[in-house]
Amino acid sequence: MRFVVCVKQVPDTTEIEVDEETGTIIREGVPSVLNAFDEFALNLAVELKNEVEEDVEIVALSMGPPQAKEALNKCLAIGADRAVLLTDMVFAGADTWATSVTLSRAIKNIGKTDIVFMGQEASDGNTAQVGPEVAAHMGIPQLTFVTEVESVNNSHVVAKKETDEGFVRIKCETPVMIACMPTPGFEPRIPNIREIMKAKKKEYQEWSHEDLGGDPSEYGLDGSESVVIKTYSPPPKGEGIIVDDEPEVAVKKLMDFFEDEGIL
Amino acid sequence: MIEIHEDKCIGCEKCLKTCPVDALKMKEGVAKVDEGLCISCSACIPACPVDAIEPILKASKAASADYSGVWVFAEQHDDRCRPTGPELLGKGRELADELGEELCAVLLGSDVGKLSDELIAYGAEKVYVVDDKILENYTTEAYTTALVTLISKYKPSVFIFGATHLGRDLAPSVAGRMGLGLTADCTGLSITEVEDVKVLLQTRPAFGGNVMADIVCPNTRPQMATVRPHVMQPLEPDPERDGEVIQEHVKISPESIKTEILEIMEHEDSGEISVEEADVVVTGGRGAGGEEGFKMLRELAKALGGTVGCSRPIVEEGMMSKSHQVGQSGKTISPELYIVCGVSGAVQHRVGVRGSKYIIAINKDPKAPIFDMADFGIVGDASKMIPMLIEKVKEKTC
Repeated sequence: MRFVVCVKQVPDTTEIEVDEETGTIIREGVPSVLNAFDEFALNLAVELKNEVEEDVEIVALSMGPPQAKEALNKCLAIGADRAVLLTDMVFAGADTWATSVTLSRAIKNIGKTDIVFMGQEASDGNTAQVGPEVAAHMGIPQLTFVTEVESVNNSHVVAKKETDEGFVRIKCETPVMIACMPTPGFEPRIPNIREIMKAKKKEYQEWSHEDLGGDPSEYGLDGSESVVIKTYSPPPKGEGIIVDDEPEVAVKKLMDFFEDEGIL
Repeated sequence: MIEIHEDKCIGCEKCLKTCPVDALKMKEGVAKVDEGLCISCSACIPACPVDAIEPILKASKAASADYSGVWVFAEQHDDRCRPTGPELLGKGRELADELGEELCAVLLGSDVGKLSDELIAYGAEKVYVVDDKILENYTTEAYTTALVTLISKYKPSVFIFGATHLGRDLAPSVAGRMGLGLTADCTGLSITEVEDVKVLLQTRPAFGGNVMADIVCPNTRPQMATVRPHVMQPLEPDPERDGEVIQEHVKISPESIKTEILEIMEHEDSGEISVEEADVVVTGGRGAGGEEGFKMLRELAKALGGTVGCSRPIVEEGMMSKSHQVGQSGKTISPELYIVCGVSGAVQHRVGVRGSKYIIAINKDPKAPIFDMADFGIVGDASKMIPMLIEKVKEKTC
């Protein structure tokens, strides 16, 4: 069996600022990390691999600038067997559609895949769209908001997923795309030094648009359907009132605030 | 579009039964697709026992003049419209008026036609209803086939969904299959002009709300967006409002569904208003005084007509279920009034509540980051303040 885990390298914070003059996001000096949702997905894939009797190959797949190799190295240390980075200037500026075109072609290149794992969303874009769009391109079913994969065999997977009302346990034919939602209390496994050393010997490849085929215009900004016309900082919130009084006085002041603002 | 690998096709004809628009025909013992009829719904793909059908999805550049109508996806559950339907109709009314187009709701489910009147009262001029047993419980495949078929038939210019779990599963599935631009989790929608064509301007936060982006999808139709719940205001419902109900039959074949729901586990308290839907949310964290403290928070929430939320540690300790968890790894909320007690305000929490109109924070630690975003902060012990606050609120509202 083969699992492909799609991961993204994201800024290590959401405290990102916009250059007010140019309207672009200031990325300088912001360290990058493996997206936490993806790390959870990778952990699920590794756990599942350990549970099934069959041989499973886990391929970590990412699209990004050359430095995204760091995120893939981490995946290799956590338990991926090999890694592929899709890196090419042609891929730059991709929206979710162009990203899903790129990833689905890469997965096809990797070969027959039983489960495509993804994080439910990335902490920078927060769209949650790439997984379902990859499933659409591959013509396979999707399970989103998955918190647990109970079992997998040659034809089916059973998973638990969050819904608006609670959870459902759901059975789905493979191949399938599973977007994973971290559960409370999830602590990422920190690889030990032996695993980190071992990771360095694992297969790592970089692919450009030529490896994926198709016309360059199908990728990146050119291949995107949504166009960002402006980015800006949200309007600042006014300075709040802070009180440090005896409880009776503080509550009285709060009720006055409710009154003034017409809240109740 | 799809591609049928004729060398693999065994002529079993299973795919023919799944096509909602009869675009598949047998010719010389193998299945052939009529490219003029195919709507790219992909319903046939799962039915093929030999994986002979592959999707070929292309960004569908559309002539905007051929598309008209603002569509709202109206979610329903347990014989009720979910609040996102009326909310989106409120915003949709504005957009439709500005475009000079009609406002329509789309309702899918089993025995749900009775909810049409409610959607008309909230502003829909037309309600497209697909009533089918196969749509009783949500599956991505069946709902996608229904919507792709309706879109292909009626060609709306705008189609908006609530950014609920269901909406965030369904909208990208539809957009992916049809090759449409889609913007996630919008907090603002308006109409702007790009090269003399009126288009949907979609505003959404990124980087957890630290950056706002204005986005357009100029070349694809319908322009699709999911919209964060509780941000848009519904119109005052008017039962006198006129509207047309259009019953649609879409052929949805069980063979095109690869998922099977084994068990539905609804939160015990799912009768309560959810934290995403409530106007008032009172949240407690580690510093809220434990079980006893939460009892008081519940009472305060009740007095304010709201609901109780909690921080992540409270879920980890098993005191409350995940459905109440507020923050990036739980629910993103935007109530009118957010009262947060004994939560220091880690970035993941702040990101999830940033859309709240008024934030009231109570915390013992004057340096707690939650105070940076509070409209009104009280430094002190929440368990002492809350009983007093309940009393005052009851005096005021009774």
